[in-house]
Amino acid sequence: MNDLKSLLDELVEAGSNPKKTVLKSMQDTKKEAVGCFPIYTPEEIIYAAGYLPVGMWGGPTDLKLADKYLQGFCCSIMRSNIEYGMKGTYSFLKAVAISTFCDTLKCICENWKVAVPEIPLIPVVYPQNRMIEAGKEYLNEEFKRVAKELEKLSGKLITEDAINESFEIYEDFRAAMREFTVAVSTHLNTIDAKTRHLVIKASFFMDKKTYTLKIKEITKELNALPKEDFNGIKVIATGLIAEPTALLDILVENNIGIIDDDLSQESRGFRVAARKEGTVYERMVSRIVDQRGCTFLFEEAKTRGAMLIDMVNKHQADAVLVIMMKFCDPEEFDYPIYKEEIENNGIPILYVETEQQMDSAEQIRTRIQSFAEMLTVEV
Amino acid sequence: MEKTVTSKQMLGELLEKHYKTAIDAKAEGKLVAWATSICPQELLETMGIDVVYPENHAAAIGARKDAMRFIQQAEGKGYSNDICSYARVNMGYVDLKFSEAENIPMPDLIFCCSNICNTAIKWYENLAKVLNIPIIMFDMPFNHTFDVPEHSIKYMAGQIKHAIKQLEEITGREFDYDRFKEVMEISADTARWWKKATDLNKNHPSPLNGFDMFNYMAIIVCNRGKIEGRDLFKLWHDELAAKVEAGIGPWKDQEEKYRIMWDGIACWPHLGDTYKVLKKHGVNMVTSTYPESWTVIYDTGDIEGMAKAYASNYANRNLDYGTKNVARLVKEFDLDGILYHSNRSCKLMDFRQYEVQRRVEAMTGIPSVVFDGDQTDPRVFTLSQYETRVQALIEMMEKNKELRRNG
Repeated sequence: MNDLKSLLDELVEAGSNPKKTVLKSMQDTKKEAVGCFPIYTPEEIIYAAGYLPVGMWGGPTDLKLADKYLQGFCCSIMRSNIEYGMKGTYSFLKAVAISTFCDTLKCICENWKVAVPEIPLIPVVYPQNRMIEAGKEYLNEEFKRVAKELEKLSGKLITEDAINESFEIYEDFRAAMREFTVAVSTHLNTIDAKTRHLVIKASFFMDKKTYTLKIKEITKELNALPKEDFNGIKVIATGLIAEPTALLDILVENNIGIIDDDLSQESRGFRVAARKEGTVYERMVSRIVDQRGCTFLFEEAKTRGAMLIDMVNKHQADAVLVIMMKFCDPEEFDYPIYKEEIENNGIPILYVETEQQMDSAEQIRTRIQSFAEMLTVEV
Repeated sequence: MEKTVTSKQMLGELLEKHYKTAIDAKAEGKLVAWATSICPQELLETMGIDVVYPENHAAAIGARKDAMRFIQQAEGKGYSNDICSYARVNMGYVDLKFSEAENIPMPDLIFCCSNICNTAIKWYENLAKVLNIPIIMFDMPFNHTFDVPEHSIKYMAGQIKHAIKQLEEITGREFDYDRFKEVMEISADTARWWKKATDLNKNHPSPLNGFDMFNYMAIIVCNRGKIEGRDLFKLWHDELAAKVEAGIGPWKDQEEKYRIMWDGIACWPHLGDTYKVLKKHGVNMVTSTYPESWTVIYDTGDIEGMAKAYASNYANRNLDYGTKNVARLVKEFDLDGILYHSNRSCKLMDFRQYEVQRRVEAMTGIPSVVFDGDQTDPRVFTLSQYETRVQALIEMMEKNKELRRNG
């Protein structure tokens, strides 16, 4: 138990202090870091090129410099990243990789070149028609192009052994994360909403090999404990990211546990395992092809609502918690569709709108408190 | 004696015919598609499928001041007021199905091309889901490089071939490649005449006010693959060329004092106001970044060329291209200033606008201002802000002219 507590404390601390954690990881691994904007950045290739891939998920900061490029109605994660870039917060990065999954990301990619010219940019353009052959071939080529850009950056070739090894490290990491989230679902007293988020978030700032060892240990310790009766409200969280931290504090205060998630920063990144056959790049493609219910990937059947309902049923959850990052177009388009499906299934749904730079979380507090009271009365 | 038809009359007739034909087709049980404004319509035209364009329709509803009913309906369903207002108007129309402004039949097929934005992907994905109908998707990867990369072209050509198969399955008919070539030729021709006509505004004075150009845009969107569309733009071109020949400017009662570019989509619900403020001061919008998007030209029969042409839309290209493109327009159209519409609906255009503005100003030395508005949501625009910004632009343009006059 002591091991579990100290491991959790360590990762919570790591997830709470991105820059400190990244600098320590760089020191420990003696690697230079490459920043990875959200989402689905092909970290395996960056890792294989000998760099430490680190997540760039914004953060609370005063927005001043970014106004030179972006109007106020731009996603706050992206405004923060540009602000941090311009302020020099990211000066330790060797390069950044930006995927262009939405209109905002396309513009961020272009603005980065001008706003932060000292940190080279590697854009990654994913296909939306990912299930047809032409889409798969394109993504394969795109991954190889990214690999070439990284080779140019490092001046070294990415060997087949390096990419194979890196991919296995990442597949192992993703499998370990899936196991961790399963273990959490039966231990919501030990792992509250905030701990869950920060432990997962820590993975973005550490060497994946090191992190995986720790998360496996945590899962092992959790599984050694008896399953816990959680007397609070169990929710499935969906959206981009479970932040700001104030939101998590309010969830904990109201005894709301996240039993499973469909968040970009969390399960969406690791819920799909690669297919076994093919080259490494083909296997990387297969993970994107096989992803379902993700707002950033075109899907004719649009199964997100059905997927969330299945998750609620599987875990006997009490509600779906929608954490809407303001100005996130893809998420905002999905909401009316899955909202109707979830409501038609009689599942309560709580919608909270967040920004990374929130002056006050009082409005969210009131919404969550009334929701918790309503559900408690119903139970 | 043969009656002479003006292009303006023809424009009205073609628009009326466009909507009526689609409504009749639906009534007769024929397939109707909804498509994005700069999509490879050649495929649908070849298959003889009637197409309507939700963006055109939303703009018409906006211009005739009927947008709020639909916007409120969509917002009531949970659509955020932060997302594209064309999408909100259209999703509202899916529920309400009637507007005093203009009506379109419900679709049997969704046809989407992401060269205009990724928002279209989400919007059209929702349409297909809500209406439970098939969707054909053309994904055109964003060009962060100046030119369209080879592997993107291959991917897009693959999608065109895949779409042809989908169309054959949906219609139960074989794709007619000879007809395809004909449509490709007509489409490229229409685009050429559209460009030739709008390029006549390079003359001094320009024969056209740009707000009329916005009106003609409806037909370049919905009749690009049809002979009537080509004929309209040819006629329009000839009329404008005659005006140029005679030295006739854009207005009878006002001189063209300043020549500006409008960046972005029109504020359809405030079209009259935005126009009048400019005209009052003799400011003519002679060009815009937007209309050239329909100059989609490629060699007949060349599928890869077609893919590349569609992917080369300025909205889908990088900042260097965007800047170079505007600087070119400044030179070619001999502009005095630029009016940037910070269109609350269009994040793709907005979030590059400030940098384009700075660079173009540095490259060309002409002044510019930004105003806040929206393509169809009437709540965003304020006339007083617009007037103040235009006034500031005029003062800067006048100062420049004075400097030039004084050598």
